[in-house]
Amino acid sequence: MSPSQSVVLTARALERTLSRMADEIVEQNDGTEGLILVGIQRRGVQVAQRLAAVIATREGVEVPRGALDITLYRDDLQTVGPRPVVGRTEIPLTIDGMTVVIVDDVLFTGRTVRAALNELADFGRPSRVRLAVVIDRGGRELPIQPDVVGKHVEAERGDRVDVFVQEIDGRDEVILDTGKRA
Amino acid sequence: MTSPLGKDLLGLERLTAEQITLILDTAEPLKEISERAIKKVPTLRGATIVNLFFEASTRTRISFEFAEKRMSADTVNVATAGSSVTKGETLVDTARNLEAMKIDMVVIRHGSSGAAQFLADRIESNVINAGDGTHEHPTQGLLDLLTLRQRWGTLKGKKVCICGDVLHSRVARSNIWGLQKMGAQVAVCGPRSLLPNAISEMGVTVFDRIEPAIEWADALNVLRLQLERMQAGYIPSLREYNRVFGVTSERLKRAREDILILHPGPMNRGVEIDSDVADGPHSVILDQVTNGVAVRMAVLYLLSGNSPRLAEAAAGGT
Repeated sequence: MSPSQSVVLTARALERTLSRMADEIVEQNDGTEGLILVGIQRRGVQVAQRLAAVIATREGVEVPRGALDITLYRDDLQTVGPRPVVGRTEIPLTIDGMTVVIVDDVLFTGRTVRAALNELADFGRPSRVRLAVVIDRGGRELPIQPDVVGKHVEAERGDRVDVFVQEIDGRDEVILDTGKRA
Repeated sequence: MTSPLGKDLLGLERLTAEQITLILDTAEPLKEISERAIKKVPTLRGATIVNLFFEASTRTRISFEFAEKRMSADTVNVATAGSSVTKGETLVDTARNLEAMKIDMVVIRHGSSGAAQFLADRIESNVINAGDGTHEHPTQGLLDLLTLRQRWGTLKGKKVCICGDVLHSRVARSNIWGLQKMGAQVAVCGPRSLLPNAISEMGVTVFDRIEPAIEWADALNVLRLQLERMQAGYIPSLREYNRVFGVTSERLKRAREDILILHPGPMNRGVEIDSDVADGPHSVILDQVTNGVAVRMAVLYLLSGNSPRLAEAAAGGT
């Protein structure tokens, strides 16, 4: 690891964090009734899967899950150069009247969540939408706040915060990289 | 800012396997949008697309229009079939007029080979070839590739035979180039009068009879026999064409069990293809139609990165 990088969460710490987040989600919803976890592509999908697994062991209930790819709803499509790769969106059942928990790895400007809210609205009218993120790094550009947070990280604009997950990256870890600081 | 496809989609001949794969990979997740209750994403909001059809078309024009609308573009249809003005004048004039109205993309179908290229060279907007003369019909080629790839997982090493009027078919040309780039083996089958003289120079196998072609192929792409061809003397009669080259369920008995049958439409049932084949278990003809919308959405999305006017507008309000 380069000197500009530091570990925010180790694999064990990430596991504990996810367990607590799962508990908070169930607590806020007062149970698992009407709950659906929707992960934002890509790593939000894995995080949602982990949260659902914790809920399954604690509550004995398989909470339905979905995946959102927000690429086509981005507000910066005309400025990002080559078209970003489009991933899969899968909303398995009607979300009308449900409590949808949007799950993502890192919350930064809030623009991704804005796009996710717009996309979700094209699938139906949930009775309530909540936001759960592993890392809140601050730096919001829109009035969007999370309901469940794994960990707050003090990061400057040019810093990177990366959540690595076993399924995609071969390891569980959260890393802060301050290499671009002057 | 450049799109990985460049400014225009004029044909598959000049695309690389990577570019074709990118289009197919992009089309795959876009299929889901057509399954939603609200079949629309905001991606091309504010973009204006002109569908410029100098030749009759139902399926392709509707498919493009669905694709454009599901991406939230504003569309204008210009049908100029039957226009008596000569090709060059019409296109230059049309191009200038369109540019003056601040458009972003043009989808063009024209009876002259090279018309899309001609237009693309003269306007800044993205140009998508929806069929030019007997040259290419790239989005049809792409949707055929997508349909086959979905069934097989890969096109590498697979054997596809294009049957019928290859001579006049832009669908055939786009298919041959696209399939070969993706690693498939391609054959053609039809009466010699409807095959180009130099067809073997395209690296395809030629079957003079339909029976061995059916036995050889993993998939048949059956082309529409244009009825005008009979009057022009290319074939003696429709009945004889069906008797010798028609894809019938009787002939399919000697095919591999999982052979796939494609047809770009519109079909002449009982001429190049029998009804029980077109509607039978091997047919993926309706999958082709569904995939057509997704492929066209993918092309619009990938090319839209290269619209100078939209880029300028967006740069103001990041």
